[in-house]
Amino acid sequence: MSALTGQAWVFGADVNTDVMAPGLYFKAPIAEMARHCMEAIDPGFAANVQPGDIVVAGKNFGVGSAREQAPMAFKHLGVGAIIAGSFGRIFYRNALNFGIPTLIFPEAAQISRGDRLQVDPIAGVVENLSAEQRYTIAALPEHLMAMVTSGGLMPYLKQRLAQDTN
Amino acid sequence: MGFSLQQKILARAAGQDSVTPGEIVTCKVDLAMLLDSGGPRRIWPRLKELGVGVWDPDKIVIMTDHFTPAVDAESAAILKLTREFVAEFKIRNFFDMQGIGHVVLAEQGFVQPGMFLCGGDSHSCNGGAYGCYMAGFGAIEMTGVVVTGEIWIQVPETIRVNWSGQFAHGVAAKDIMLLLCRELGIDNAFRVIEYGGDTIAAMPMNERVVLTNMAAELGAETGIIEPDDTTLAAIRTAGREPEPDALQWRSDPDTNYLAVHAFDADSLEPQVAAPHSPDNSGAVADFAGVNVDQAYIGACVGAKLTDLQMVAEVLQGRTVAAGTRLLVAPASQKVLRDATADGTLEILTEAGAYLLPTGCGACAALGAGILAEDEVCISSTNRNFKGRMGANSAEVYLGSPYTVAASAVAGRITDPRELLA
Repeated sequence: MSALTGQAWVFGADVNTDVMAPGLYFKAPIAEMARHCMEAIDPGFAANVQPGDIVVAGKNFGVGSAREQAPMAFKHLGVGAIIAGSFGRIFYRNALNFGIPTLIFPEAAQISRGDRLQVDPIAGVVENLSAEQRYTIAALPEHLMAMVTSGGLMPYLKQRLAQDTN
Repeated sequence: MGFSLQQKILARAAGQDSVTPGEIVTCKVDLAMLLDSGGPRRIWPRLKELGVGVWDPDKIVIMTDHFTPAVDAESAAILKLTREFVAEFKIRNFFDMQGIGHVVLAEQGFVQPGMFLCGGDSHSCNGGAYGCYMAGFGAIEMTGVVVTGEIWIQVPETIRVNWSGQFAHGVAAKDIMLLLCRELGIDNAFRVIEYGGDTIAAMPMNERVVLTNMAAELGAETGIIEPDDTTLAAIRTAGREPEPDALQWRSDPDTNYLAVHAFDADSLEPQVAAPHSPDNSGAVADFAGVNVDQAYIGACVGAKLTDLQMVAEVLQGRTVAAGTRLLVAPASQKVLRDATADGTLEILTEAGAYLLPTGCGACAALGAGILAEDEVCISSTNRNFKGRMGANSAEVYLGSPYTVAASAVAGRITDPRELLA
């Protein structure tokens, strides 16, 4: 997994998963759900986020419901990485299980919307190319590294099941 | 140094003598609960992709609650698929349209002290009131659980929250949680909240589960309460015999808690959380007078028999205010039967309450009772995030069943103690 480069979309603290994946669209396919991702707090996000862009947030990003459509929506929209002060516990696990690099980034407040960022989840580096600022952060936890770099839980389970049969 | 209850359960589930906070352990799952929302509809396609079945059909319990009853082609298809999954994988423990999974799981006696359980819904922590470690996970994670029977856990710290004293009439466990959301914050990942003290010891299980259920709102890994005779009696009422060692599942006296908090129930006032977060809370007086279009009694946390009884206590001999609607979605079919048998339901409907089907319903904008733009609701549910119950501009206040009922009678947010005096 190499470093990821994209524009920053910046959010505040305690963004919940109802906002990421509203219940009103719960039954809809992910493509439709994703169109409403973050709508309640940033109506332009889903229409304008570009593949590879990076979501930056304050503490407790993804608090609330276990709905996996929250990280699925970001993945569907092509978000390359999510970096935040801290994460809601289920969102954090879901996002990593979908293979999205999801990293603790205490300096989120120093990033502005539209900044060009480079994130290296293996080395544990966030670089703000717009502000020429470099941050060292905790890399992906060791026990999750193999799963995330293989693309998430499904590819990882496939590998594990293949090993079991051998 | 001793160990807390949750650490002892994790150590047992991981096959270790002990565990340390921060350590990553792989736990064997005693029971997995799947719901129609994030259950078969999301897991089955993945099992097909992997070419595998489930690890142990007798350790999987499935309930339908989020999309019940079917209201359109999509929800009907989701429920049908859930039933087909149950038949295909020979799941014996299937509760179809019997009520909200968290409530039914306890009613059926599946949660016992010392167990390690995973549920495919964030409020799975509800079960922790029975002295077990039960936490919620996403559907993709639950796919891993039903395939392998295992899950990784980073051993959490434990925060002990003690309550002492007696509630005033009109105050309930929900008020404790709305206060704790404010006091402890909603970002307690990697922490388990352990509740104790004489206030909790005196609570029936229906009130204790409010504390563990809303550990989700605290952002905690889960909530837990050490088992006692009340716990064992509830398991027996559910038709099961507790394990002989059930009461041994306790925290050691010298447990090294991350923090210990003490609160006084005697002085606790009814609490209300204002839009759009459960931690945006204060005493009911701070919000008194806000007009409400809808009062909602529902969800895993707020529509059990004792919750409906609180509502009946307030509504007895009164009627719902003109211009306000009171919707009641009992948490389970058993709750509905019990509330019918003891006369509670009659008091509610006589007062003008509108009865809705059991299930998750309007709490998550899935069933009947969804809010329109700019409408104001006071709700006995656990979340009031923007758009949670419908339109993004709708405003949801959270309160206890007492407070919701009193507000329905007055048509505006009201301190229930005024009506119960």
